[in-house]
Amino acid sequence: MSAPLLEAVGLTKSFGEGEARVDVLHDVTLRIERSELIALVGASGSGKSTLLNLLGLLDRPSAGTLRLDGRDTEQLDEEARTELRSERLGFVFQAHHLVPALTVVENVMMPAAVRAGGFDEAARARALALLASVGLEGQGDRWPRQLSGGMAQRVAVARALMNAPPLVLADEPTGNLDTQSSDQVFALLLREQAERSTALVVVTHDPTLASRCARVVRLVDGRIVADGPPDQVLLDTRARRV
Amino acid sequence: MKLSLHLAWRFLRDGRAQSLLILAGVAIGVAAFVFVASIISSLQRDLIARTLGAQAQVTVTPREASSRALLEAPGALVARRVEPPVPRRRSFDGWPRYARALERTPGVSAVCPRVSGPALAGRGASEEAVVVVGADPARLRRIIDLAPRLVGGRYAAGGDRALVGDGLAEALGLRVGAPFRVSTDRGAVTLRVVGIFDTGAAALDDAWVVTSLRTAQTITGRAGDVTELDARVEDLYAAESIARSFAARTGLEATSWMQRSRDLLIALRAQDQSSYMIQLFVMLAVAMGIASVLVVSVVQRRGQIGILRAIGTSRRTVLAVFLWQGVILGAVGAVLGIALGVAFAIGLGQVTPFPIEPEPSGLAIAASVSLATGLVAALLPARRAATMDPAAAIRGDA
Repeated sequence: MSAPLLEAVGLTKSFGEGEARVDVLHDVTLRIERSELIALVGASGSGKSTLLNLLGLLDRPSAGTLRLDGRDTEQLDEEARTELRSERLGFVFQAHHLVPALTVVENVMMPAAVRAGGFDEAARARALALLASVGLEGQGDRWPRQLSGGMAQRVAVARALMNAPPLVLADEPTGNLDTQSSDQVFALLLREQAERSTALVVVTHDPTLASRCARVVRLVDGRIVADGPPDQVLLDTRARRV
Repeated sequence: MKLSLHLAWRFLRDGRAQSLLILAGVAIGVAAFVFVASIISSLQRDLIARTLGAQAQVTVTPREASSRALLEAPGALVARRVEPPVPRRRSFDGWPRYARALERTPGVSAVCPRVSGPALAGRGASEEAVVVVGADPARLRRIIDLAPRLVGGRYAAGGDRALVGDGLAEALGLRVGAPFRVSTDRGAVTLRVVGIFDTGAAALDDAWVVTSLRTAQTITGRAGDVTELDARVEDLYAAESIARSFAARTGLEATSWMQRSRDLLIALRAQDQSSYMIQLFVMLAVAMGIASVLVVSVVQRRGQIGILRAIGTSRRTVLAVFLWQGVILGAVGAVLGIALGVAFAIGLGQVTPFPIEPEPSGLAIAASVSLATGLVAALLPARRAATMDPAAAIRGDA
């Protein structure tokens, strides 16, 4: 059996100290294989975003280990974790967080520019191709403020894919969008995931969207209570509302 | 660096209104810096030219003889009164050797051996007490430049030719070419006015008769001798230390303009201090302006900073993005401010009694101070941006 792309063992995360201490995640163990498509579901405050931040090396766990491509990320210093994020991970957030001072194509190029130390023509060509693949051909020289919410989120998806990371983490990527844009963006994520064989972990409240993923992990009060195919996990989830 | 500079420039362009406002603030601050520095330095230049232009910055003379008690008895109680020595003519033994040593002293730019002595100048029945000053004309020019202060005649001395001040010329009714009598207890000689100067200093204009070293030596009875060595120094404020060290080295007496003109020195230092204080407060205001704008920018862009960190931008790069913004504001502000300050200073110079000329070194200091201010002011916001927790920044909690 080959090593998983990402393996979390006994992840615990607490905020505050003493009496003010709040335990957000308890002993979470999770394996993510290459090209896997996972929906992370749970009620508000169940710890989904905290878990995603830990998986994305944006935060450190209070206890437990996290291995990415076999490397124990807790042994790495901040600079090495930053470099690993740049090379191995892509992010899509609820708000697109495009940099308004950069054009659309420059926003997409940013992950490559971070690695290369500047913008170059090869990256620009790749970014334009990515924009075309997310349905934004010819929009590269526009500014983020000139885009609709759905278009901006598609740019954010293209940005997440720019360095062809083996794992993309999406935190409620359709949370700020209307139904139609939401469907389009989610379909785009699934298509890109399939075409590029990228593993995708997507946090969502929407059971319909979650049901389109191969595997659903359900969190309740910081613990994984269900992990399996959507028809198994969501049957119960639908009854509880995700 | 390329990426951080690119992002810094784009961030500044994105917040155009904010950037232009703070740029105007920096430019006005730098303009005030340049303006104040130009006025003070020009005023000082004028003051120094008027006061010190007519005197040597360092003067070296033979040591005064000191009185000593006739009876020195260790352990004995002696009642005594020591009288000051009777003034007498002192010769400056070995002055050419001391002149060469003074010329070789670091910080000394020119040396002029000079002989001075009292005399009476007369024409017809009129007589005036004068000081006969003899020096090599070319050397004297490097210490006290009378040539540009001539109101008549030409700059020349030697033989029977002499330069006189306009006050003396008026008192004796002298014009260029006119002969006059100079007498001492050793006899009288006749000199001819070759030029009339107006230094603005009454002590010179009313009493100096400037001639060649040899002529003055003859008049004062000091053949082959001089009374003093005059020197000009590269740094005006180093005159005292140069004088002290030369005196200690040679055993001669050396005085600087700083001893002779204490009031002027106090006035110059007070001007310097007020200029520095004004400049300091102006640049503090500029620094606070830049810092506050960048702090606001960091808060406004925390989501973007969070995502930049998430996609792998290092803390160092984020730090550099905001430091570059400070440097760009400082640099562009310096260029605009210097242009504005120079224009103001030159404009004001049209109506002041002295010319206002901004010094290139002052402009370089203004540019450096502006750049450093921009950089230092950006440090705090840049550090804040660089140390932001990316997850919290994306959530908007940072």
